Amino acid sequence: MQRGKGMKFVGDSRIKASHKMPNVPKDYSEHPGKTEAFWPNFLLKEWLIGAVFLIGYLVLTLANPAPLERQADPTDTMYIPVPDWYFLSMYQLLKYEFASGPWNIVGAIIMPGLAIGALMLVPFMDTTKERRPFKRPLPTAFMLLSVAALIYLTWESVANHDWELAERQGAIVEEIEFDMESEGYHIYAESSCIGCHGDSFEGGMGVTLVDTGLTAEEIADIAVNGTENGKMAPGYWSGTDEELKILSEFISELKSD
Amino acid sequence: MLNKIYDWVDERLDITPIWRDIADHEVPEHVNPAHHFSAFIYCFGGLTFFITVIQILSGMFLTMYYTPDIENAWKSVYYLQNEVAFGEIVRGMHHWGASLVIVMMFLHTLRVFFTGSYKKPRELNWIVGVLIFVTMLGLGFTGYLLPWDMKALFATKVGIEIAGSVPFIGEQIKILLAGDSEILGAQTLTRFFAIHVFFLPAALLGLLAAHFVFIRRQGISGPL
Repeated sequence: MQRGKGMKFVGDSRIKASHKMPNVPKDYSEHPGKTEAFWPNFLLKEWLIGAVFLIGYLVLTLANPAPLERQADPTDTMYIPVPDWYFLSMYQLLKYEFASGPWNIVGAIIMPGLAIGALMLVPFMDTTKERRPFKRPLPTAFMLLSVAALIYLTWESVANHDWELAERQGAIVEEIEFDMESEGYHIYAESSCIGCHGDSFEGGMGVTLVDTGLTAEEIADIAVNGTENGKMAPGYWSGTDEELKILSEFISELKSD
Repeated sequence: MLNKIYDWVDERLDITPIWRDIADHEVPEHVNPAHHFSAFIYCFGGLTFFITVIQILSGMFLTMYYTPDIENAWKSVYYLQNEVAFGEIVRGMHHWGASLVIVMMFLHTLRVFFTGSYKKPRELNWIVGVLIFVTMLGLGFTGYLLPWDMKALFATKVGIEIAGSVPFIGEQIKILLAGDSEILGAQTLTRFFAIHVFFLPAALLGLLAAHFVFIRRQGISGPL
């Protein structure tokens, strides 16, 4: 490289006026094997893969709109929390006896911390030159075991969560107008119904009572005998027949528009 | 014409070496799916980056409507989802992209692990990769609260409790994240918003830059 006397620059910048690198792509024909240039040959193929991936991604998005539950209500103590799916394994861990209660720190901090820490230190624990997975059985076995544990915990978490209940608890329910001073509402508020079906019939542990589409007689029957599918057990109603009649008529008239 | 523009810029800024570093390098046969189909496992990292770019773009558009306060957050998302033209698609891409990026990153991690590509001299890039993984999980955690619906609030409550159980500094972490040691509310939402759109993306871009500079310096790991 030419230095010092005789050097010419572009204006007063530090860019040299001559001896610049020519704008000619490298020749890869001398490289071993079927090496090819990243630009533009390989990038075009990458774009093809990207395009196919994007189509699948868009189909997924169009077929499944992003979920939105009802607005957050911090006073709702019945709601069963569930994180996004990639945190389910951690969430499941906290349900085991050895990792919850007094041992909460084991499930919440120590085990995830160890996992991340071990992952980060992998290159310093597995220092041999061998790269093929079957030639280094210990690292391979540990990783397979970890992946299996992640899948198992996630699976258990999904299997143990009541997704139907979660859908009911999170559903956006249109608020309806009703007379809180009416006799029907008084009976409702004093019965056990309100515990599961909510202050304004929005549901909770139970379904919403808005737009049931049932007649007063059918509602009275469910209140006493429970539902046919067994989701609601019989025997919740403890008032008089007269109150039941007023209540069931009141509920059958709860419509959102 | 294009060449003349290039030469004009090159004369002033000497961009050819930069261009050579970024674009003009060889792609070896063993990572090229056109030669060996099984080499598609080498696409996972690139696809992770591709989704990350989509996340940044769709997220930028989402902030044109989203309002990070507890009165309006849910309403703005509801409006975005149901009224705004293509709002459902933009939000849908951001929602599904958040899951896909985790899947792709996980697959990429497994590929690097099982091909032993983290070994000397690539230990540092592996560490940067793990940090990217943690940052992505942080983005997923903070982004989950933003729609301010039931699942968001209660999942975050659990998450904040977990953060609070860190020994010695748990309480401080909790207050840093939630803005209060007891309440999960307006302050929490604005903090999560700030962390989700400014702090973590800034960290992510820095880490990604390091990840790519390291690859360019060291080249891709050789065939098994």
